Amino acid sequence: MLMRFTEEQLMIRDMVREFTEKEVAPRDKWMDENGFDRALYDRLCTTGLTGVHFPEEYGGAGCDAVTSTIVIHELSKGSASLALALDISWVASDMILHHGTQTQKDKYLPLAAEGKIFAFGLTEASAGSDAARIQTTAVKDADGWWVLNGGKSWITNSGVADYYILMAITDRSKGAKGISAFIVPKETEGLIIGKHEEKMGMRGSSTCELSFDAMRLPPDALLSSEGMGFKIAMQGLDGGRISVAAISCGLAEHAFELAKAYANERITFGKPIAKHQAIQFKFADMATDLTAMQMMTYNAAEVKASGKRHTLEAAEAKLFCSTRCTQICLECLQIHGGNGYSKEFDVERFVRDSKLLEIGEGTSEILRMVIGGTVLGK
Amino acid sequence: MKILVFIKQVPDTEDVKLDPRTGNLQREGVKSILNPLDANAIECAMQLKARYGATVVAISMGPPQADAVLKKALALGCDESCLLSDRAFGGADTLATSYTLAKAAEKIGDYDLLLFGRHATDGDTAQTGPATAAWLGIPQITLATSLDVRDGWVVCTREIEDRIETVRAKLPTAVTVCDTINEPEYPTPKNIMKALKKPRYVWNAADLGADTRLTGIPGSPSSTKTVFEPPKGNTDTRYFEGSPAEIAVQFVDMLEREHAL
Amino acid sequence: MKENYSGIWIFAEQRQGVLNPVVFELLSKAQELKSVTDETITAVLLGSGVSGLADELIARGAERVLIAEHEALSVYSARPYQQALTQLVERYKPSILLYGATSQGRDLAPRMMVALQTGLTADAIDLGYDEDGVFFQATPAYGGKILAHIVILEKRPQMATVRPQIFDPLPPDSTRRGEIVTETVEVAGDGDYEVLACAPKPEGTQPIDRAALLVSGGRGIKHETDFAMLDELARLLHGQLASSRPPVDQGWLPHEKQIGQSGTTVKPAYILNVGISGSVQYQVGMQNAACIISINHNPDAPIFGISQYGVVADYRKVVPAIIAEICKRKA
Repeated sequence: MLMRFTEEQLMIRDMVREFTEKEVAPRDKWMDENGFDRALYDRLCTTGLTGVHFPEEYGGAGCDAVTSTIVIHELSKGSASLALALDISWVASDMILHHGTQTQKDKYLPLAAEGKIFAFGLTEASAGSDAARIQTTAVKDADGWWVLNGGKSWITNSGVADYYILMAITDRSKGAKGISAFIVPKETEGLIIGKHEEKMGMRGSSTCELSFDAMRLPPDALLSSEGMGFKIAMQGLDGGRISVAAISCGLAEHAFELAKAYANERITFGKPIAKHQAIQFKFADMATDLTAMQMMTYNAAEVKASGKRHTLEAAEAKLFCSTRCTQICLECLQIHGGNGYSKEFDVERFVRDSKLLEIGEGTSEILRMVIGGTVLGK
Repeated sequence: MKILVFIKQVPDTEDVKLDPRTGNLQREGVKSILNPLDANAIECAMQLKARYGATVVAISMGPPQADAVLKKALALGCDESCLLSDRAFGGADTLATSYTLAKAAEKIGDYDLLLFGRHATDGDTAQTGPATAAWLGIPQITLATSLDVRDGWVVCTREIEDRIETVRAKLPTAVTVCDTINEPEYPTPKNIMKALKKPRYVWNAADLGADTRLTGIPGSPSSTKTVFEPPKGNTDTRYFEGSPAEIAVQFVDMLEREHAL
Repeated sequence: MKENYSGIWIFAEQRQGVLNPVVFELLSKAQELKSVTDETITAVLLGSGVSGLADELIARGAERVLIAEHEALSVYSARPYQQALTQLVERYKPSILLYGATSQGRDLAPRMMVALQTGLTADAIDLGYDEDGVFFQATPAYGGKILAHIVILEKRPQMATVRPQIFDPLPPDSTRRGEIVTETVEVAGDGDYEVLACAPKPEGTQPIDRAALLVSGGRGIKHETDFAMLDELARLLHGQLASSRPPVDQGWLPHEKQIGQSGTTVKPAYILNVGISGSVQYQVGMQNAACIISINHNPDAPIFGISQYGVVADYRKVVPAIIAEICKRKA
């Protein structure tokens, strides 16, 4: 693939690759069985990866969106769950980077760069894809403080996050434009971490319910201004979707590499199965898909890095990559035959992990609405 | 303190194969990496730099593409890099290599400590460090498992055979380090972004004032005559089969027969 | 030039008046080299108060023992030893000079290389003469994946460090006769290098290369706790636990337990490999074991290629059954 990475980007890629091989990949099965691995996430921080794209004045390395996409892509070759946790933390903390006041940036971005975990809460039990229909309310009290009541579902990183960006209705009459965003530290009184979801896959990332019982927030907890919440969330998801596309690439490549090794080793009818055309054709299709997936992902990242609006490119990349990723993981399981269906081999886990990519941060159905609406001019 | 760290680009041993037709090493598709032990030497220098302050210069002899490992050294926190590159350096054995490295150390001058990885994974000679020390006429400590600098002396422990030695040598001195001395860190993105802006020198034989009769092939008394893959075993294996309990009986019978029990 | 050099020299490494066993291995290999070129075999003994070791060297195959004693040689240090040995080499001009690839040999030999401006092959695992009568040293490279034959065509002496535990020593024979020559050397003490302390390694770290039987686990061992089972088997057989590289990389076992190119070379009477496929790097480290026994679920594992006995099965089923069977017979 002809991607013109800079020399520094290549060096960061090599560094993440090495880190992933040595420290991330060996932990993925453990995380699948035991959940989020804080010690491993802390290694992401000490290696400086959590701060890769934050500006230097906030303690980051000042890299662009292509570089942060490289980081997510490479990490997901070892663990899609860990890459997802980092992606979500970035989606949430980037909301402060792009929309925060100077005081909020000075306070929170150095924490984000050094590796404090952020989470982002929009989805509710009764408002998933139809995000504008959320029920959580924020009401200003006599002291000018905000009082939040309600709850959230399916919040990635919840339970392990240090800070939450939460969306709540501040003016029901304005619909989506009546939603505002708030920055909430985990120790805030009235923030209740609820049931931990037993997910099918991506079990190395934490997902819980949240509820807010008269949770009081100071006036400066409001991110940007009143009514900006939905816009902030949608812009955040544009970036997140590039990351999900990158995770799809990394996870699919990981499955592909395992299937390749297996196909070269496994003998049937006197020769490695890789020599059978039925298997070769599978690899041909997967390799072709992988190239297209990588190109769409990095194309979207380049558009984002150039500062242009990237809603369409991000949505297309996520739709295509996540769909293909699931298919590739299933095909790699098939190549493994009976072994693929066994937990002794890694590929069944990848199948379970992959399905989330077609659901989180905009289902494939919502993405088609976004893409369709954009290309048809609404 | 001025620390010189000598590093080498090596092929990833996982990838190394012989070309079945020519019998030579296959170069295509072989990944080049920083010799793993050299990462320990760099980490050692970084720890000394953090503790006492130091200028750390990374030095490597090799073709132009060996610059990749020097870039990594800079990204790991080294302050300057020197690539020793000249056709006249090619085909060097450890005598010619150590001569060239010693000339570079002399050119840089004022060095206090020379650090080497215990061995490189390609030739696995572990000779370059002590030989460079010999050319420079300075002491050496090989196989260091810990290192500190106190009052102009470098103090190391060496875990050798059945014992642990504590030794010291007066600066300037050369030390070769084992992989147990520390846990090398990864280059951080921040340091990677700074790496290529640091001073990077490329020196040839003339720059070093090196006598080309002592470098490369002319300076190398030893040469490789042939390379081949180690012979594969072709032992007749006796297999035990059956249920685990049946296997266990045959197995322990065998242990008794072989007097292992 | 090189025609003026003759004789096979073995550096008789000693520490605190005890010869390193590798010296006997080299003296034994030297007999084989002598059968081709008929050169004299000389052991070179440096130290202080060590002349009593000469008889032992002769009994192990030395035809001549050169002794150079000096106060500055009482404890090994690279520079004084290099000075003394250089003077002897210049005086006698041997054509071959071999050292054990021990910590001492590998410390000294590179300095000799520079002092004598000759070639030095590292960590040789075989020595011999090729069809043209050229002395070669076989040495592993690239982590043991490749063997190289190194030759030193013009310079003399031809030097090599030779890996311990490769050649069988000759049994001591006190009827052997040899010449003992005492030489004087001029040596300056090294004030810039000092051994401050020396302590034995802590208990429980008995090196694996001293064990007569090893039970070695590899990548196939699924859980850290399974090593307790292998350890139990090792204890029942009065042996030691060892491993290939992956369990050490996982942090399950210390590096001292690692067999192979980047670990320790072992030559036990018995080695029992469990869940080890047998990478080249591993095989290099244990292929000289007298009896190799392997348990692996994969019938195609390369380790079976060098094993006298094999079990194709899941170790988690077979090893407990073997432990039970041994306990039954012991009871």
